[in-house]
Amino acid sequence: MTTPPLATRTESSFEDFKLPLMRDGAIAEANRCLFCSDAPCIKACPTAIDIPQFIRKISTDNVHGSAKTIFEANILGMSCARVCPVEVLCVGACVYNDLHQPPIAIGKLQRYATDIAYERGWTFFEAGPSSGKRVALIGAGPASLAAAHELRRFGHACTIFEKRATLGGLNTTGIAPYKMKADRSVSEAEWILSIGGIDVKMGVTIGQDVSLAQLESEFDAVFIGVGLGIDSTLGIAGETLMGVHGAVEWIERMKLEALDLSSITRAVVIGGGNTALDAVRETRGLGIANVTMLYRGRRDGMSGYAHELESALMEGVSIEWQATATALTGEGRVQRVSCVRLDQSKRPIAGSDFTIDADLVLMAIGQSKLSAMFDDMHGIAFDHGRIRVNANGFTGRKRWYAGGDCSNGGMEVVNGAAEGKRAAHAIHACFEAEKSGAHTHA
Amino acid sequence: MPDLRTNTGGIQSPNPFWLASAPPANSGLQVQRAFEAGWGGAVWKTLGVTIQNVSSRFGAHTIRGVKGAGFTNIELITDRTLEINLREIAETKRLFPKNPIIVSLMVETEEDWREIIKKSIDAGADGLELNFGCPHGMCERGMGSAVGQEPTLNERITSWAVRYSTVPVLVKLTPNVSDIIPHGLAAKRGGAHGVSLINTIKSIIAVDIDRFVLEPRVALLSTNGGYCGAAVKPIALHMVASLAREKRFGLPISGIGGICNWRDAVEFMLLGASTVQVCTEVMLRGYGVVEDMIDGLEEYMRTHNFSTIDQLVGKAIPSFSEWGNLDLNYETVAKINADTCIGCQLCVQACHDGAHQCIHPEEGTRVPRIDESECVGCNLCEIVCPVPSCIEMVQVNNSHAPASWNDFVTDGKKLRPKKGVH
Repeated sequence: MTTPPLATRTESSFEDFKLPLMRDGAIAEANRCLFCSDAPCIKACPTAIDIPQFIRKISTDNVHGSAKTIFEANILGMSCARVCPVEVLCVGACVYNDLHQPPIAIGKLQRYATDIAYERGWTFFEAGPSSGKRVALIGAGPASLAAAHELRRFGHACTIFEKRATLGGLNTTGIAPYKMKADRSVSEAEWILSIGGIDVKMGVTIGQDVSLAQLESEFDAVFIGVGLGIDSTLGIAGETLMGVHGAVEWIERMKLEALDLSSITRAVVIGGGNTALDAVRETRGLGIANVTMLYRGRRDGMSGYAHELESALMEGVSIEWQATATALTGEGRVQRVSCVRLDQSKRPIAGSDFTIDADLVLMAIGQSKLSAMFDDMHGIAFDHGRIRVNANGFTGRKRWYAGGDCSNGGMEVVNGAAEGKRAAHAIHACFEAEKSGAHTHA
Repeated sequence: MPDLRTNTGGIQSPNPFWLASAPPANSGLQVQRAFEAGWGGAVWKTLGVTIQNVSSRFGAHTIRGVKGAGFTNIELITDRTLEINLREIAETKRLFPKNPIIVSLMVETEEDWREIIKKSIDAGADGLELNFGCPHGMCERGMGSAVGQEPTLNERITSWAVRYSTVPVLVKLTPNVSDIIPHGLAAKRGGAHGVSLINTIKSIIAVDIDRFVLEPRVALLSTNGGYCGAAVKPIALHMVASLAREKRFGLPISGIGGICNWRDAVEFMLLGASTVQVCTEVMLRGYGVVEDMIDGLEEYMRTHNFSTIDQLVGKAIPSFSEWGNLDLNYETVAKINADTCIGCQLCVQACHDGAHQCIHPEEGTRVPRIDESECVGCNLCEIVCPVPSCIEMVQVNNSHAPASWNDFVTDGKKLRPKKGVH
């Protein structure tokens, strides 16, 4: 349930990209907040944290109250403060942007309050009186943790099934280490579990060790928070060479293990999403001299965040726009990437072939979906590999709910937290309705 | 180039900016540095009986993170010997002959006053300021505000000072009274050449909520102090203006109280002060703040075509009237500039919670809508709006002739229908 000691993990060499606020700086920044009415920042937060309120409490040195406001809305508020793309969420919505003044540093203020809460060992919530209901949660990532915590506040017993040896899901294994390291995500999960009454079965794979039918018969409701599957591949020659990895898989190893990168001087990352941007910044940050991102589209069409791209460019990453790999070659180990340029329609341009030398190639072109495991579950349907849910996380199969990457296709931690909590409320409402004799799903 | 020279009760100064009698005017080297920085004059820290001060002495009122928006002290008059002070006054006058030094005094008996006045003038004082204002420590010994709060004492001591002085005498008034006018008139009857106001306000700046002791803390005790700094300006402006518009008064005024910059100084002048005195802003930011005061004032005078300070002094006094004379038929409503609005909706919140519920959110836009039929023109939205000039109070040309409450009561003039009384 714990990660290896920090010093032995490759990720431990990273410093925080965004520095924390000290008390005086936090209070000064908090005092800048206008305390907007019907605030745009709240609307931009998937968990709808009452941001002006928690900031006002920082300004008066009421840090306990501030942290409580945050966690009341989002029990993963500590990690979200670090990993949220605030530039496109709360901070991006701050009205100061329209006043041509720096927006409020909401993420840093949230980190200030939540870090103090963790340092001082504050807890804010208690489990509700036992309801006699039992809920199974598949996966121990952000969505399940948020759901389980909320279910416990309602008094429902929870069992989380996690196939890995670590808690926290992608929050532990996938976050860029200059934002947050694995051990912090694990301690967050442990802090959330401290509400009590959440049984965690580690190393248990649903569908193998325990069947879905078994879950359905033993529990009153099931929450699916399984995330996404393994990295997708391009299907080109050489993908099995040494030194070729899926980006998500490589990032996980970099975060949890000690990698030997001593012989690596040239890395190529294929893809244009946020995993690709994380991978180029991480490889560059680990001292790999030449890092190239290979993306088949143009800058304005990439799915990765503009602010992450800016940072990557500043850190010295090279980018080949409108190009893709056609083959990976090398003797045993990858040595070069054969590439071709693409036109506006992403079709290869004849005669535009070129090669890039590389001793590390990371595939960041998406992750497979885990739809196959639910093949026999009537009522659980998929859209483009995502579990189809309604606005409350209900799947369509009685008492089955889902949230997080497996149903949203791969979004932020904060989305998982919001969806888990939302599903918990729906599950609770369903139990309540059954108690009163009504019949509902949602 | 506007002429900044001033004359307050016969005290000539190269500009209207004086150091107030306080820690920044405590010693010769300080006052000399202040004059070098550009200060026109200085009121020397009060001379008088020997005292000893406590530690600590100062406290700050913090408003939304601005530390020192209000300020307090429990320091007394000078704790240096009379001889040292007089020697340094003489030395400073020798080095800066054109900058007036006004010596603040506070003693008890007529004989004491006669003696210290002679010594001060011998040292080179260009004027005297009688400290009838200090609200802590000295008043318990029958001086300071104990005098300023009692018109007969004020008048008597002023008359002594005027009798023994060959230089102009200003009386420094305490704000710790319900009406400043009798006290200004007492100083006038005593023969004062002018007044300076306000001294500090009796106050408790803060409480240490963990130790359960007032601030500033002296071991396990504290005491009331003298409140000053930016936060007291409105009180000072009112008292200055009250005397300036009082027909029976008519003496020159040196304005004091929360003056931080040239704008504050201009406001005091428009309400009747011919010089202004500054302490707290210098304590917080140093003598250098005078540079902005001087060139800000010069530019202001150029913009408004004032060539001398006299032309500003009291210019806003005719606008200071009784509530009963205000035109009840004058109508304004708030207008929001949709182009500059940033959608914070502070105006919605303020109007709903703190005013008359006439600003409403609108579907599909962050720019709120003002229900002008209900808007009472209170200004609250304009005050909370963080965007300069985004909300403006615009006059409504209604068909009602001007009518004040007094007009209504005495002549039965017609008042327009009330708004915002839903």
